[in-house]
Amino acid sequence: MNINISLFAQAAVFAAFIWFTVRFVWPPLLRAIEARQKQIADGLAAAEKGKQSLEASGKQAEKVIQEARARASEIIGQAEKRDAQMIEEAKSAAKAEGEREKAAAKADIQQEVARAREQLRGQVAALAVAGAEKILRREVDAKAHAELLDGIKKQL
Amino acid sequence: MAAGKELNPTEYIGHHLTHDAQPLFGEGGFWTLNVDSLSVSILLGFIGLGFLWWIVRGATSGVPNRRQAFVELLFGFVDDQAKGIFKHGDRSKFVAPAALTVFVWVLLMNAMDFLPVDIIAMGTQHVSEHGFRIVPTADVNTTFALALSVWVLMIVFSIQAKGLGGWLHELFFSPFGKWLLPANFLFNLIEYVSKPLSHSLRLYGNMYAGELIFLLLWMLAAAGIGWAGLAFLLGWGWAIFHILIVVLQAYIFMMLTIVYFAMAYEHH
Repeated sequence: MNINISLFAQAAVFAAFIWFTVRFVWPPLLRAIEARQKQIADGLAAAEKGKQSLEASGKQAEKVIQEARARASEIIGQAEKRDAQMIEEAKSAAKAEGEREKAAAKADIQQEVARAREQLRGQVAALAVAGAEKILRREVDAKAHAELLDGIKKQL
Repeated sequence: MAAGKELNPTEYIGHHLTHDAQPLFGEGGFWTLNVDSLSVSILLGFIGLGFLWWIVRGATSGVPNRRQAFVELLFGFVDDQAKGIFKHGDRSKFVAPAALTVFVWVLLMNAMDFLPVDIIAMGTQHVSEHGFRIVPTADVNTTFALALSVWVLMIVFSIQAKGLGGWLHELFFSPFGKWLLPANFLFNLIEYVSKPLSHSLRLYGNMYAGELIFLLLWMLAAAGIGWAGLAFLLGWGWAIFHILIVVLQAYIFMMLTIVYFAMAYEHH
């Protein structure tokens, strides 16, 4: 255990080594590590931001879907209403048409009946006149008896 | 032993505990250089710090490779210790890198204890016939050099932080106030003396004892083949235990370095 000049030599070596580490070893590694820490922090922040924007757009999408849904049900409601209305309209139109046709047919029939009745009346009158002629065996003055014949015609 | 002639146990141990001391002027005395400690410590410093420098020069802030991850692990370990103790400014400026230097260097110097002394001596006998000790931290000059460097820096930092007046004031007026001025001074003096002593002698004692126990075991091995087996087992056990001591002492030395630097900035 002799203290000698080695002590000072070692101290000088120690100082040189410390200087070397302070100057050349520590700072580059510190820089690299700090840069990485920053990268990681930035990455985490970006991820957080992405998550938030995802959440926001999810909410937005939800809103849009809800609006669309509301709009769709509104449209369906309108369509149903319109449907019912159209059916109602068609029904009433058909009914009116039917009424109209029925009325026309009725009028036709009445006309036919009236015409037939007129014909029949004429024929019966002619028949009656012919029958009367035969019965009376004498000339009947058509003109003189026109009033009478018309009366008969009307009674028929 | 390496010299080829029979040595008795005292000579064997004495031989392995002799420094390769070269006198610089005449007889030497104080002007003697322990070439073994100095050369091995410089070599280890170059290996350790050179490795760090090599990795750090290509350090990427992206995904690190395994070597860089290992160095970053070491970096983080030292930085965490410094962060926990030194809270007086930017530790990256000096304290943390100094602590890294101390840890790496002392760890490597301590680890020289694992090398089998007699096999190493086969090589080193060509350099120095009288002895070549490969554990620089088992040389009191090395540990004192480190501890005194830290001590001087501690005083310099203290004066920087408090001013010369503040430092002297603290030296005489704390911790007991102005009425116990001599006691304060004595108290601080003892503290200032005990710090480098405990700092350096703890490391020196542990490494010296480790070396000595290995030597005793190898001496046991020389007693016969059975004894050699026993010495192998004991040496194996001691080496495993010594891994703990080597790392622990390097860690303690680093921690004390940080603590002393931190204390320099603390006001009493």
